[in-house]
Amino acid sequence: MNRFAWLLDRLAYEPRRNGKLALIADYLRTTPDPDRGYALAAMTGGLVFQNAKPGLIRALIAERTDPVLFALSYDYVGDLSETVALMWPAANANPSPSWGGAGVGGERPGERSSGGAPPTSLSSPQGGGEAPLSVSVASGHNRAPLTLPDVVAGLQKSGKTEMPRLIASWLDALDETGRWALLKLITGSLRIGVSARLAKTAAASLGGIAPDEVEQVWHGLEPPYTALFAWLEGSGARPEATDPAPFRPVMLSHAIEDGDFDKLDAGEFAAEWKWDGIRVQAVAGTRPDGSRVVRLYSRTGEEIGGAFPDLTEALTQDGALDGELLVMRDGVVQSFNTLQQRLNRKQVTPKMLAEFPAHIRAYDLLAEGDDDLRAHPYTERRDRLEAFLGRLDSARFDLSPCIPFASWEELTEARADPASAGAGADAEAVEGCMLKRLDSPYLPGRPKGYWYKWKRDARLVDCVLMYAQRGHGKRSSFYSDYTFGVWRVGEEGADELVPVGKAYFGFTDEELIEIDRYVRKNTLNRFGPVREVTHTASSGLVFEVAFEGLQRSTRHKSGIAMRFPRISRIRWDKPPGEADRIEALEALLPAGG
Amino acid sequence: MKPSDLLTPTPAGLYCPPADIYIDPVRPVARALITHGHSDHARAGHGAVLATRETLAIMALRYGEAFTSSQQAAAPGETVRIGAVDVRFVPAGHVLGSAQVVVEHKGLRIVVSGDYKRERDPTCAPFEPITCDVFITEATFGLPVFRHPPAHAETAKLLDSVRLFPERTHIVGAYSLGKAQRLMALIREAGYERPIYIHGAVEKITEFYRVEGIPLGEIRKVEPGERKAEGRKAFAGEIVICPPSAIQDLWSRRFPDPVTAFASGWMRVRARARQKGVELPLIISDHADWDDLQATIREVGAGEIWITHGEAEALAHWCGTVGLKGTPLHLVGYGDEGEAEPDAKPAEEASA
Ligand SMILES: [Zn+2]
Ligand SMILES: [Zn+2]
Repeated sequence: MNRFAWLLDRLAYEPRRNGKLALIADYLRTTPDPDRGYALAAMTGGLVFQNAKPGLIRALIAERTDPVLFALSYDYVGDLSETVALMWPAANANPSPSWGGAGVGGERPGERSSGGAPPTSLSSPQGGGEAPLSVSVASGHNRAPLTLPDVVAGLQKSGKTEMPRLIASWLDALDETGRWALLKLITGSLRIGVSARLAKTAAASLGGIAPDEVEQVWHGLEPPYTALFAWLEGSGARPEATDPAPFRPVMLSHAIEDGDFDKLDAGEFAAEWKWDGIRVQAVAGTRPDGSRVVRLYSRTGEEIGGAFPDLTEALTQDGALDGELLVMRDGVVQSFNTLQQRLNRKQVTPKMLAEFPAHIRAYDLLAEGDDDLRAHPYTERRDRLEAFLGRLDSARFDLSPCIPFASWEELTEARADPASAGAGADAEAVEGCMLKRLDSPYLPGRPKGYWYKWKRDARLVDCVLMYAQRGHGKRSSFYSDYTFGVWRVGEEGADELVPVGKAYFGFTDEELIEIDRYVRKNTLNRFGPVREVTHTASSGLVFEVAFEGLQRSTRHKSGIAMRFPRISRIRWDKPPGEADRIEALEALLPAGG
Repeated sequence: MKPSDLLTPTPAGLYCPPADIYIDPVRPVARALITHGHSDHARAGHGAVLATRETLAIMALRYGEAFTSSQQAAAPGETVRIGAVDVRFVPAGHVLGSAQVVVEHKGLRIVVSGDYKRERDPTCAPFEPITCDVFITEATFGLPVFRHPPAHAETAKLLDSVRLFPERTHIVGAYSLGKAQRLMALIREAGYERPIYIHGAVEKITEFYRVEGIPLGEIRKVEPGERKAEGRKAFAGEIVICPPSAIQDLWSRRFPDPVTAFASGWMRVRARARQKGVELPLIISDHADWDDLQATIREVGAGEIWITHGEAEALAHWCGTVGLKGTPLHLVGYGDEGEAEPDAKPAEEASA
């Protein structure tokens, strides 16, 4: 556990990608099985603990700290694991759940007992050979020889009732860095700037192979990946994918830029609608014993099939589909809002299945039976996809149609009016269009030059900043989350601002500093982390807000909810009185929506 | 008399009506008592200043000899009568010359602690707890997430890193008054004997510490020309101490493959360290941490705790849970130097 904590700590402070790669590779090279495999699993999101969840951590800290002090601390630190790691009372302090804080009665000022304040120590991490680059080392006072495999086994096997006591005993035994790493592991969000891809790239470097080769075998593997390391280090054979319905890393697109059209030849591309749903991968396969496995994955490889039995039942042919998850009623795609209602339900009831029928509009076919199609060109995969869907013979799956066009001008017209360009009644669910090179293979990640997304123009509206809230994590010292409003006629007949949305991105770091300064100088009131900012007709800050769509909402005072709002420009020059009115937004609402 | 008749918060700072004096005023006043030399407490332009000899010297170094019309040195522990009020300066353990101000009138005693810490510091006299009726404290690190580890362990972290990366320059951000010199002293205590290099902005105060008899070993200023071309190689494996603002400057990038370190209590929070691009956070603070704030409050036995700046709400809340009356004063203008709000500029802080 010490070495693992040490690795996470170092990664958290290493800004350079190459530095991170070197650290992970060094760790994997010098750490024995099965420890390194579990560390790799933690970094690739491969560890899921049924009975250990963030809620449990909150409950544990609530028993040990004052709720007000916890809330203030969490707001300040911005990260649950780190807050708890720092606040966790020292084990030798008063064991009763007093709120007095750990130091009371125990230590004298100026002296530290060994179990007291969490020390960051100097010695090298224990076990597993030399520390490759021990700068900020985190082993010192971790008393128990707690190993990562022990922790993983404990988290996987312990029941709901014993889990809290187990985790608490570990937290008592670890120092601050150890606690932090343990909590990161449990909550599953490491947030140390390491993607699954980066971790796999580091692993691949052990064998001097391309990261994609690791991706190819990845989904047949289970933590602690002993076979993978044996292969990478040349002492074992290439692991065979044993999962008949594995996830295949998704291919993503680049946003098209203004100048791109001059360089691209319309004749080399196909265009499809981009549907406003959830990108999924539906995979079916057959085990050697003849039993079938059907899985539905999110675009990051998370399994979501349990919530969609209507889809998994209908996938009767073996293969891997890439498509958009939608709700379809009477042959018409429903709004994202409707899909959201189905996604939000925890339980699958017959009523819900009938009310919110799930559907996949297919973009691509990655495998058919045992045939991996990903290296074949788009046009060929598209033909195979059409045939595959024909054999499926299910209303739950259909083909995302191509948009006919001969020039970029024609496509621009089609995009401006999807209803008459083939999308028909589904036009409301079109988010833009996708351009795909006819010869493009299906590649994991975001390869350059093959796929482009051309989103529908965002709508713009001028709003007035009303409230600002301190951000989290890296932005915890900045007011970076903004609530803004537009004008309407108030109850007394006078104009008033009504909040219509909240955004926390769209501006540069420099602009953030300027807005933050503005917020601090123009604060009317403070409510914990939130500041009310001056907002009258003559004094206040105007944002040009871009958004993707509007919905009616009873939860918002304005009756309107924005989808994906972001700050598109800061109008330092514009008096708030000239910002938009609610009527301008109401005019954009979908009819009857 | 009520405590608020003896000391009362005003926009200019804490005011004592029966003596007609301000303590650490943020605006020019006729008569000021100054706890220590940090710029948020010690400002130029007052009519008369009473402070420790060291604090007066530091103010003269920073603002010029004419920083006040008249000045008087307060001897530690000695009572001075101003009007009908007894005033005494007592060591605060924060930086060289730092003091608490004990104000006493008609049997009521209030201690204005200024900035203080309880951890050992080889460069200044230790904090002396004084029992009182009202204790006025800062709360820069007044959240339970702030527990400073021992400073010598953090120093060892720095020296370990220097050993591991003999080809890189370690650039350590440290506030130029107090932290920089304490770090030098800690480095010497750990047995490091090579010269320690400093940024020009740290030079004057460091020289003052040396004249005051604090052993800091060989200190060398980095000359402007030295960082260029072949001169740079000379800094491989060396420690360079600079003001925090310089660690992200072009200034620091001219050194060979620098390791960026920062000595501050804020380094306890990872996001804070990362925000500043710090690779080697050193949790060394000249302010009391959460445990020491609590221990000190209990030790001085005051029933009322006034909190000047920092995380005042949290500390006031804790006071309530142990039966003490904690009152945030919301004093504006403190925490610009030293360690409060590391990212804000003084102008913004004044309005925050
Ligand atoms: Zn201060
Ligand atoms: Zn200070």
